[in-house]
Amino acid sequence: MNTRQQSKRIYAWFGRPTSSDRKLRTLQYKGFLIKSERSQTETCIQIGEFVLVEGENADRPFVAQLLDLYEDGAQQKHAIVQWFSHITEVPQNKRKLLKREIPRQEVFFDQVSGYDTDIAVETIIKSVTVIPLHPGETLPIVLNTEQTFYVKQSWDGKCFKPLSPDTFSKLKEANKKRGDSPKFLPKSPLYPLDVICALEEETERVVQSVTKNKDVEMEIESKHSASKSSVSKERHSRRIANGMKTPTARKKLQLNSPTKSPQSKLSGQDVLELLDDCGAASEPSATKRKVKFTGILGSPPKMSCRNDEPKSKFGSAECEQSLSDTIRLSPYIKARDSSKEEKNLHMKEDSICLIGHQKVGSVSPVLTPRSHRKCALRTSARIAEQISLLNILEAEKEEDFLPSSDASYSSSEEEENEVLYTPKRNSKSRRLFSTPKSSRKSSVHTPAKTPKKTPLPTTPKTPRNATPEIPKRSHVAQKPANILEEARLRLHVSAVPESLPCREEEFQDIYNFVESKLIDGTGGCMYISGVPGTGKTATVHEVIRCLQQAAENDELPSFQFIEINGMKLTDPHQAYVQILEFLTGQKVTATHAATLLSKLFCTPGPKRKTTVLMVDELDLLWTRKQNVMYNLFDWPTQKHSKLIILAIANTMDLPERIMMNRVASRLGLTRMSFQPYTYKQLQQIISSRLSNMKAFEEDAIQLVSRKVAALSGDARRCLDICRRATEICEFASQKNTSRVVRMAHITEAIDEMFSSPYINAIRSASLHEQVFLKAILAEFRRAGVEEATLQQVYHQHVALCRIEGMQSPTVSEIMAVCSRLGACRLLLVESSNKYLHMRVRLNISQDDVMYALKDE
Amino acid sequence: MSKRKLKETSSANGECISQVQRILRERFCHHCTTGKLFGIDQQYKHLLELLKRTTLHGESNSALIIGPRGSGKTTLLNHVLKELMEIKQIRENLLKVHLNGLLQTNDKVALKEITRQLHLENVVGDKVFGSFAENLVFLLEALRKGDRTSSCPVLFVLDEFDLFVHHKNQTLLYNLFDISQSAQTPVTVIGLTCRQDVLELLEKRVKSRFSHRQIYLMNSFDFKQYIKIFKEQLSLPAEFPDEAFAQKWNNNIQHLSEDKTVQDLLQNLFHHSKDIRSLHLLLMLALRNVTVHHPLVAVADLLEASKQRSVDSQANIVHGLSVLETCLIIAMKHLNDVYEGEPFNFQMVYNEFQKFIQRKAHCMYNFEKPVVMKAFEHLLQLELVKPVERPTVRAQKEYLLMKLLLDNNQIMDALQAYPNCPTDVKQWATSSLSWL
Repeated sequence: MNTRQQSKRIYAWFGRPTSSDRKLRTLQYKGFLIKSERSQTETCIQIGEFVLVEGENADRPFVAQLLDLYEDGAQQKHAIVQWFSHITEVPQNKRKLLKREIPRQEVFFDQVSGYDTDIAVETIIKSVTVIPLHPGETLPIVLNTEQTFYVKQSWDGKCFKPLSPDTFSKLKEANKKRGDSPKFLPKSPLYPLDVICALEEETERVVQSVTKNKDVEMEIESKHSASKSSVSKERHSRRIANGMKTPTARKKLQLNSPTKSPQSKLSGQDVLELLDDCGAASEPSATKRKVKFTGILGSPPKMSCRNDEPKSKFGSAECEQSLSDTIRLSPYIKARDSSKEEKNLHMKEDSICLIGHQKVGSVSPVLTPRSHRKCALRTSARIAEQISLLNILEAEKEEDFLPSSDASYSSSEEEENEVLYTPKRNSKSRRLFSTPKSSRKSSVHTPAKTPKKTPLPTTPKTPRNATPEIPKRSHVAQKPANILEEARLRLHVSAVPESLPCREEEFQDIYNFVESKLIDGTGGCMYISGVPGTGKTATVHEVIRCLQQAAENDELPSFQFIEINGMKLTDPHQAYVQILEFLTGQKVTATHAATLLSKLFCTPGPKRKTTVLMVDELDLLWTRKQNVMYNLFDWPTQKHSKLIILAIANTMDLPERIMMNRVASRLGLTRMSFQPYTYKQLQQIISSRLSNMKAFEEDAIQLVSRKVAALSGDARRCLDICRRATEICEFASQKNTSRVVRMAHITEAIDEMFSSPYINAIRSASLHEQVFLKAILAEFRRAGVEEATLQQVYHQHVALCRIEGMQSPTVSEIMAVCSRLGACRLLLVESSNKYLHMRVRLNISQDDVMYALKDE
Repeated sequence: MSKRKLKETSSANGECISQVQRILRERFCHHCTTGKLFGIDQQYKHLLELLKRTTLHGESNSALIIGPRGSGKTTLLNHVLKELMEIKQIRENLLKVHLNGLLQTNDKVALKEITRQLHLENVVGDKVFGSFAENLVFLLEALRKGDRTSSCPVLFVLDEFDLFVHHKNQTLLYNLFDISQSAQTPVTVIGLTCRQDVLELLEKRVKSRFSHRQIYLMNSFDFKQYIKIFKEQLSLPAEFPDEAFAQKWNNNIQHLSEDKTVQDLLQNLFHHSKDIRSLHLLLMLALRNVTVHHPLVAVADLLEASKQRSVDSQANIVHGLSVLETCLIIAMKHLNDVYEGEPFNFQMVYNEFQKFIQRKAHCMYNFEKPVVMKAFEHLLQLELVKPVERPTVRAQKEYLLMKLLLDNNQIMDALQAYPNCPTDVKQWATSSLSWL
């Protein structure tokens, strides 16, 4: 669970309202404060700054620029924002328009019209930096992916364009402003303390600067490997991620093995030491600092540096208390971040437990003096062993860092090998400091040479990233050879027809319903009922297909479609898990998923697409408390949910029959019932599927449709009969050459499918079995009750045998006869331990038995 | 003929006999895998075509094979599969999953078994871990990803199909049938069951997704075919090593099948059950008597086997009872006659027995009550009598209500065959009026 969400944050306006609109009753502000209860700090965010906004996926907050802040009549705090899109928000098919790899930190200036730019202030997490770049520029050295983003192009839902000079300058402007603006206000709010806030920034920067040398190196590497294979790129970016993640990683080390690591002292002093260290070795880091400060163009770095150093050395300065507070603050926030991520990713743990080595290897040299490098490596290896569990999590995080999240199994395996290999590690640490460019090449190639599989001593575990797949067939499937086979293929229920005939009205109704909700950006429920085989699911799918097409053509706002089926769930509560997995890709337990989902749908979520949820076989989501159904139908009624539910079930009166009042009321009265097909409709369905193929006689089609319409109106049945009829036709027509399905074939198929098997079963039973049935009838008639004990039937049986001059059977034989008939369910019998006293009943009507026996 | 030569022939004979025993026993016991099919050509063709279309065209299907026990459902399927496997294109493409309702008693187990047999990627070694929900999602995802033309077709064989129907919500069946009716991996679901009413057990949604293809096996052959089957089952194959012996044996079988007694005997069996398995049982019993000294099956062997087969098991038990116990059974029979099958207790039986003793004191020793009680309990253990309700601690055993699990006919038949039965007892049994 997200710790940030658990710890409460309080939002307050910063300063007085700058202006107010009497008519709209809104008060405008120029900034607001975020006060976190746990860390006792306040952050001030002003208009023009860039912020992270909570999204549905807690790992991936949205980036936006604050344009306006106001409070409406209902005392709700609102913010108007300009969105920036992550590459992940761009549809897959449009991504290739870019023709280049998009780093994680790059965002796009969002000009898509569909998104709501008015958000609740409560969804804002923190401020970040967004730096505009010219298209030709490469990304500068990245220090903190969490904090800094770059924008090069704009995205308007169709194509990418370079930033207009106007926007560019505006963004630049905003950055400058931000550099000057106050950020952290310890203890005394509403009182901008420029010095301290600058200090804070500096602290953060210094902490980062520790990792800087490595980052520079990374940058070089990245340039160098630009032409390398995608695998190497992936790994490279992963390494960059490592570098960037360093503070977090160190924190974790401390948390987990405080005694083992010599360099882990979890205190602000640690940071101070590092500050000193950095100050002493300021010359080598001069160039790096320059790079780093691109983020805060406006702020004078030197001044803050001077501010910082004397104070940390004095230790008894007035501001000492607040300073150490601030200094402690930044790692703390980070630790929180990381723990949050850790938890989010907990479910997706990977089998690569060794990446941590690499990370530790890259961390420790930073923290220890250079001469101790080797020793540090050794210790770090030891630490790594201890925290293997943690490493799994980290490895997972690493993976999540990649822009291409589908890090393949093999590449991660390589990574594992690479780290296991001790000489390899040495080469890496060498690279970290001496930066020989050539070593890069070797490092790319060595993993391929290392043995592919390292035996793991652990017990076998289910491979987490197993792909669900049925093997491919080795021979090509045959094409239909003649007209009947072609017809059979088209008549198969699975064949998707071009259009759904006879459901035009229902299609239009559902389409209109969903479309209107989509356009309004609201939520709603619709209940669809109908007996099996009337095209409910098919129609909804068709509607969704059309809507998706419309959304692709930008006629409608885009939406996401989720489908769950009550029958495909092992437990009603699994519905939450599936929905959440569809939405965010997270795999969590049912109860957790429920809380996450309700948070997602019930809190004002900005920039969220409308979700269309189809719930098939709704009746199976019934639980005693009905909480699953309740939640499902409650979410659309929430103001911000943007959830449209299409619930499908068989019975028309399901809401009245099994739902509690509060559930039924939330479901609402938008209902639709699919009537069973009439014979004309069935006829049309078959004809449209056959589409001018002369495989069936007209009369034959009519016969099927009439028969099925009279029975159930189930289109599946209709198609199955036709399919079977083609087979019978094919089978029969080996002699005569006519290849058209006639009435006779249809009749035969119908007989085969619907004739009662009992009559045939009785007729083909052995003589004694038939006599036994007769004896039962006789006994029933004698006693006047439709139930008899075996003993009574036995007496009748013996009597009948005497009449017919047959050898009378023994009781054992009668028992055998009885159990055989019972196994076929011609008879219903009790358990046989009562022997002669077991009661026997007929499972079919007496008339049927008599009819079957008379014809003999 | 010299003694030595006789020995040689007998040893040669011995070889042949053991061969015969082996061949025939294999035939009788492993009928499912190797047996022949009788009179179900049409069903065979239907099933063969169905599976061929699945494997060659990637067409999804579902079918049920319904027929009474021993009617050759599994044999039919095995034959069809055997023929299919001879086609190379099918052998390399078809994935088979065999499930049995008696083994996979719930969907959780069944899913794991399916995943294991399909060798999906979440199988570790020979085991499947993970929760029920995960496995279901994984399997459905796997099957959904496939499509008609490129995925390997999967054949699901559900033995004892009727037991799958009782799984919760029929989830497995719904999903299998749903896949077979949608554009996913081509699957064919074949269910084998002996229940004629199996379609009524399916839930309406599941039923709608089932294609309603039913292949019925009914044992619908007549007696002439039955004789033919009898002959075929006993005949030695042409590739038998000792041709002379095989010739002799087959001639003998031919004679047997034309023999009147044998035909009567088979007729009787045929009237009782058309099941091939019961014929196999009879032949097994007859085959047991074939030895070196008795190298051919004789009519007498078959007669004896038939007698053994049709013997009444309960009456057999009565033969082994003591006279006292037999007396108690007769007393119970009288009580049944008087009270028209109402339950009785020990005291009533004892009184009835006492009456008999008082009249015929000279021929029966007057046992004490505990001894009689002991005899009664022995009958209880043999399940010749059964308490009507469960015995409680408080109820005295003497007054526990009982029912006799023997029919009058059985008792009389058993007494006829009872060795050294005192005539008084026999008389008492026949006269239902005890006071005379």
